[in-house]
Amino acid sequence: MMTSNVSPILSAYINGISLIGPGLINWPDSVSVLTNKTAYQPQITTIPTPQILPATERRRSGELVKLTLAVGLEAAEAAGQDPASLACVYSSSSGDGKNCHEICKTLASEDRQLSPTRFHNSVHNAAAGYWSIATGAKTPISVLCAYDASFGAGLLEAITQVVADNIATLLITVDTGYPEPLNHVRPIPAAFGIGMVLSPVKTQYSNVQVEISLCNGSASKLSNDKLETLRKTIPSARGLPLLAAIAQGQTETITLDYLDHQRIAVAITPCK
Amino acid sequence: MNPLLLSHFTATSCIGLGLNQTTTSLQQNYSGLAKCNFETVDLDTYIGEVAGVDSVLMPKHLKNFDCRNNRLAQLALEQDHFSDAVRIAIDKYGTDRIGVFVGTSTSGILQTELAYRKLDPNTGFLPDDFHYSGTHNTFSVADFTRQYFDLTGPAVAVSSACSSSAKVFCSAQRMMKVGLIDAAIVGGVDSLCLTTLYGFHSLELTASNACRPYDADRDGISISEAGAFALLEHAPDNLNSNDILFLGGGESSDAYHMSSPHPEGLGASLAMQAALDSAGLKAEDIDYINLHGTATQSNDAAEGLAVERIFGRKVPCSSTKGATGHALGAAGALEAAICAITLQNNFMPASLNTQQLDPNIHIDYLLKSRENKVSHVMSNSFGFGGTNCSLIFGKAS
Repeated sequence: MMTSNVSPILSAYINGISLIGPGLINWPDSVSVLTNKTAYQPQITTIPTPQILPATERRRSGELVKLTLAVGLEAAEAAGQDPASLACVYSSSSGDGKNCHEICKTLASEDRQLSPTRFHNSVHNAAAGYWSIATGAKTPISVLCAYDASFGAGLLEAITQVVADNIATLLITVDTGYPEPLNHVRPIPAAFGIGMVLSPVKTQYSNVQVEISLCNGSASKLSNDKLETLRKTIPSARGLPLLAAIAQGQTETITLDYLDHQRIAVAITPCK
Repeated sequence: MNPLLLSHFTATSCIGLGLNQTTTSLQQNYSGLAKCNFETVDLDTYIGEVAGVDSVLMPKHLKNFDCRNNRLAQLALEQDHFSDAVRIAIDKYGTDRIGVFVGTSTSGILQTELAYRKLDPNTGFLPDDFHYSGTHNTFSVADFTRQYFDLTGPAVAVSSACSSSAKVFCSAQRMMKVGLIDAAIVGGVDSLCLTTLYGFHSLELTASNACRPYDADRDGISISEAGAFALLEHAPDNLNSNDILFLGGGESSDAYHMSSPHPEGLGASLAMQAALDSAGLKAEDIDYINLHGTATQSNDAAEGLAVERIFGRKVPCSSTKGATGHALGAAGALEAAICAITLQNNFMPASLNTQQLDPNIHIDYLLKSRENKVSHVMSNSFGFGGTNCSLIFGKAS
């Protein structure tokens, strides 16, 4: 068996991007913030209500589900793609923290009776399931967690799928925080999500071509201190240097955080 | 897809520690299910508990990972010389060229459930010895596995409920295909906890006795725990006749309901067909199907329809959950190992506890084990959120 110690370079086009975070309303509005043309104003994350989700499901779902849908829909729309047609990679560091807290609280109480809805919302793939129900997507969804490396793991899985299976893949990486006492041991200061459609082919919607490989070294930082704090404190915001580079429209190579001493290098070439 | 070799594999569940015990249990129709006396759980149900998990000692430098789930992971990794096989693979490929893909549904959540009973009365804080990233976080079991072998390649937890550790095979295969890694540790570990026991009970999906897959009077699942792993490598030219190959995987989503499968099993059909296409096989090439077969009314009815739609009555099928219980996020990897046992022994295990087959399900369901040449097998794993995965394994000969 021939083995190679050289990490391959995986290439794809990014055809649609979404971004929702504290003071980051959507991708088009965030471009001027990420290019330092508009001052960054941190605010509580505003998550649009997903009309696409049937009313019953909407009532049963929490912030993470709404964030997932909003992030996925904005990216698919920006890529000019029907969301139901896209394979999906969903990555989150912690799932629905409030729901988890309520379950643990109930199980530590005298009456351990759980609500069935709480229980089915407790699975890590709950938001991905709501995505599939809301969009009608019968496509495969990979549902991942890699703690602080969740953005990198999601990006790696998505580009791998694009190259291995030659199909467009929607990456959704989202995080919301825990209430106390879990917040104390795992503080995630704001709801945050990044979405992107990675495609094997260039289209009229293509923003950039990316070439992705594993590497070592230090992760690229953001010049704005407040945005850099987001990057360091929210796992899905580890992808912000990629979005900042795309916003700036330069040909450059940036480095994203991944596991321990591993990093992901992304060489970016603008399409427009 | 190009076949991948399961160069080593192992399984630990309530029917055995390692492959020898597991094989003997399957051949002797042994069920590991027993009345629930786990922790302080006061539910009238049966569970499948792995013996000896509590007495596993974890390495000192990994003490932050100490919880039931990671003890079970370590117990499983130490069976069948699996950890030796990983170390040989490390010598061959290097620590950075072996990926880690571990499926889990609840990871170490039991640790958090217990910690919530011991909150500081003044501050409300969790106890000082609670370690979030090593136990609670979904990634913890994959991170533990990675650090147990000092691996430095890609690592991830796949957590799509009960399809988790089937889908790891597909994720690993893709990453090997594009050349990011040369080999992969794939597996699944899920351990008993209050969330799943009380949770499935709240949905009225736990059986009062040992579960009876595909029985006309089936009344739900028996929750269990398991750890199972396989080492995937590219298939060399010179295979032994009893070598086990991963031949194809198919994944789909139901897009239907959070906790009920599509009633006609449409998502399940899509996954099974995609697996056949991926392996380049036809329905008639499959000799045995290890069904998801949880023993809930809705799962078995929907899966039965899906199997009938693709395979008719021609393919022998059974669920082994009457023996092992439903190990949730570990079920896919456990049943992949059972498929490998089936292939190596030309033995198709019977469905235990099933008295009378549901007359509305029209498939060749095995109430008794069968010995016959087995060359290609399929394993089904479906989960909450409408996530489906079918895998096909074969023998090299």
